[in-house]
Amino acid sequence: MKPHTLSVLVENKAGVLSRVTGLFSRRGYNIESLAVGICEEPGMSRITIVCIGDDAGIEQVMKQLNKLIDVIKVSDLTDNERVERELALIKVTAEPGTSRAEVMQLATIFRAQIIDVAAKTIILSITGDTEKIDAFEKLLRQYGVKELVRTGRIAMLRGSKVLKGGK
Amino acid sequence: MKTGAKILVEGLQREGVETIFGYPGGVVLPIYDELYDSSLRHILVRHEQAAAHAADGFARASGRVGVCLATSGPGACNLVTGIATAYMDSVPIVAITGQVPTSLLGNDAFQESDITGITLPITKHNYLVKRTEDLGRVLKEAFYIAGTGRKGPVLVDIPKDVSMRSIEYEHTASEPVTLRGYQPTLRGHAKQIDKALEMIFEAEQPVIYAGGGIIASDASEELVRLAEALAIPVTTTLMGLGTIPCDHPLNLGMLGMHGTRSANYAVTESDLLIAIGARFDDRVTGKLDSFASHARIIHIDIDPAEIGKNKKVDVPIVGDVRSVLQDMLAKLQKKKSYDRWLTRIRGWKEKHPLRYVSDNCLRPQYVIEELSSLLKGEGIIVSEVGQNQMWTAQYFCFRKPRTWITSGGLGTMGYGFPAAMGAHFACPDQVVFDIAGDGSFQMNIQELSTVASNKIPVKVAVLNNRFLGMVRQWQELFHNRRYSFTELPPVDFVKVANAYGVDGIKVESCDEVVPALKAAIETDGPFVLDFRVEREENVFPMVPAGAAINEMIGGKQE
Repeated sequence: MKPHTLSVLVENKAGVLSRVTGLFSRRGYNIESLAVGICEEPGMSRITIVCIGDDAGIEQVMKQLNKLIDVIKVSDLTDNERVERELALIKVTAEPGTSRAEVMQLATIFRAQIIDVAAKTIILSITGDTEKIDAFEKLLRQYGVKELVRTGRIAMLRGSKVLKGGK
Repeated sequence: MKTGAKILVEGLQREGVETIFGYPGGVVLPIYDELYDSSLRHILVRHEQAAAHAADGFARASGRVGVCLATSGPGACNLVTGIATAYMDSVPIVAITGQVPTSLLGNDAFQESDITGITLPITKHNYLVKRTEDLGRVLKEAFYIAGTGRKGPVLVDIPKDVSMRSIEYEHTASEPVTLRGYQPTLRGHAKQIDKALEMIFEAEQPVIYAGGGIIASDASEELVRLAEALAIPVTTTLMGLGTIPCDHPLNLGMLGMHGTRSANYAVTESDLLIAIGARFDDRVTGKLDSFASHARIIHIDIDPAEIGKNKKVDVPIVGDVRSVLQDMLAKLQKKKSYDRWLTRIRGWKEKHPLRYVSDNCLRPQYVIEELSSLLKGEGIIVSEVGQNQMWTAQYFCFRKPRTWITSGGLGTMGYGFPAAMGAHFACPDQVVFDIAGDGSFQMNIQELSTVASNKIPVKVAVLNNRFLGMVRQWQELFHNRRYSFTELPPVDFVKVANAYGVDGIKVESCDEVVPALKAAIETDGPFVLDFRVEREENVFPMVPAGAAINEMIGGKQE
């Protein structure tokens, strides 16, 4: 059992996301992370799904996904060289004085951006892989994380290879 | 200018549809208004579930796409069991449902239900048509998806305003449907076919395991040719009955939970299993680890997701079964003899034929055997689900594909009678029998009204034992005969039939069986036979749940 990163190219139509996610729950697999957005092809969207399972189970999920009429292509990126990113917005207590300076210092080290400043809090935006964001969040805890929003993971193959349509 | 309803009805006719099964209601009024003076034949059922089963029975008997129609909300929900039945057995139907107007969608409007959401896991695909402009294209896609690749049900949900609105619409000369997300593989991979043939020649004890996919792709002839070319024994699944004649010397009969001993022994002892259009269902395999555990496996199937789903496969061949078998036959040059294997198999067949007690009691197996010999392989046999289904599978001699219609995957009680109505419209010249139990028949018994008013000459043979027989059998064998809620009160089915205007005969002894069956066959209209059979007869042999398929109980020579 290990996390698999699946990239699913779909028709950009109403109801496609529920067809895809419904299939995971129906076959007994949990989605760890999910990200959906438009992609380079007009009329298509790309869904990136992180799902934990054994190889046979993931293969079955992929085959079942492929059977959906609105799914154009399914790729498992897990064993390929790839880049992965997530984005998090973190509202953290940072009162003027020592804590604000420390939080800003940490943000610099992690290359996070300050995107909002209020009297008692600031909002930080950070992108990176899961571990980096986890680490940053952990360090910010001591100052008081008021709210955290995180996107699902997105991924792309390294090099010139691309994931195009066509089953 | 044309209304959506007109576009729909004309579209159905363009797809070659002649008969649809349906039930009207509020939001399908525009469609029914269009049907009023259309040449499309509409059969009014008495419950929407029957419309779905009838469309399914039509599709299985004809090989064409069946169509049913229902209103929104309860009408659409009543189709669900029928759609799920078709989905599990890969039967091509198009289910058309009305929906509340688009302005009310999502509003909990009167008779609104999210039928595309509800049927998501039980359809091959479904559509909610939001614009009249899309209707023509969607209908075309629906028939294409239902009837190609691994076949299955497609639902088209049409809001009332979409069917009412008029648009400028001219049907353009038919161009093929192209869907970039749907391109089924039809030709088998040449190298895989070569590998499979090599494996067949290396084997000493091969068995062909033939499933319903052979019927779906009309490949029965190719199956028999392949089996005969090399003299490889064939066992069929419940869904594969009829692909090879029952009395063909290479036929081992059905395998699995209520299969023959010879079929189950042969699969267990085989060194090569050639699975064709079959899906290693748990009712076939029993304990999976012991199923064909000494065999290498070739699996031919149109659905890549079936390959390796339950059992690891050595040579997968994805493709339309008929095309793959034709390619295999074309490449077949060598000869091979499996004589020693065939001798062993003949031994099992001789030692363990299907058997039941032959005495003066009216036993259900006897009724089916007599029907089988009266019809001589002609006619279409539909069954309900349970003991009636298994006895028919065991004792009726099927000689041709599409003459045996049953709910295999979902096991839907109440399926048979409405499916038999559908089968009649597919093959109006054939006699159609529904072999029923008293439990199953009562699940869609209201359709007596449909067969009476439309003079649909379906014959219902009720094996009336006043039990939910299969459940009772399990209670007898595994729950110390504690018959919890499986005993049914006596019903006089002849009286029920008469009340609907259908003739019938009650049969209480063996010597009445043949005359009664003859009377049913000779009657022009529908007919009900109420066979008061031995109440606690069991289906044997039987593989207990979780056991290996060679560990069978019952049906052995005393």
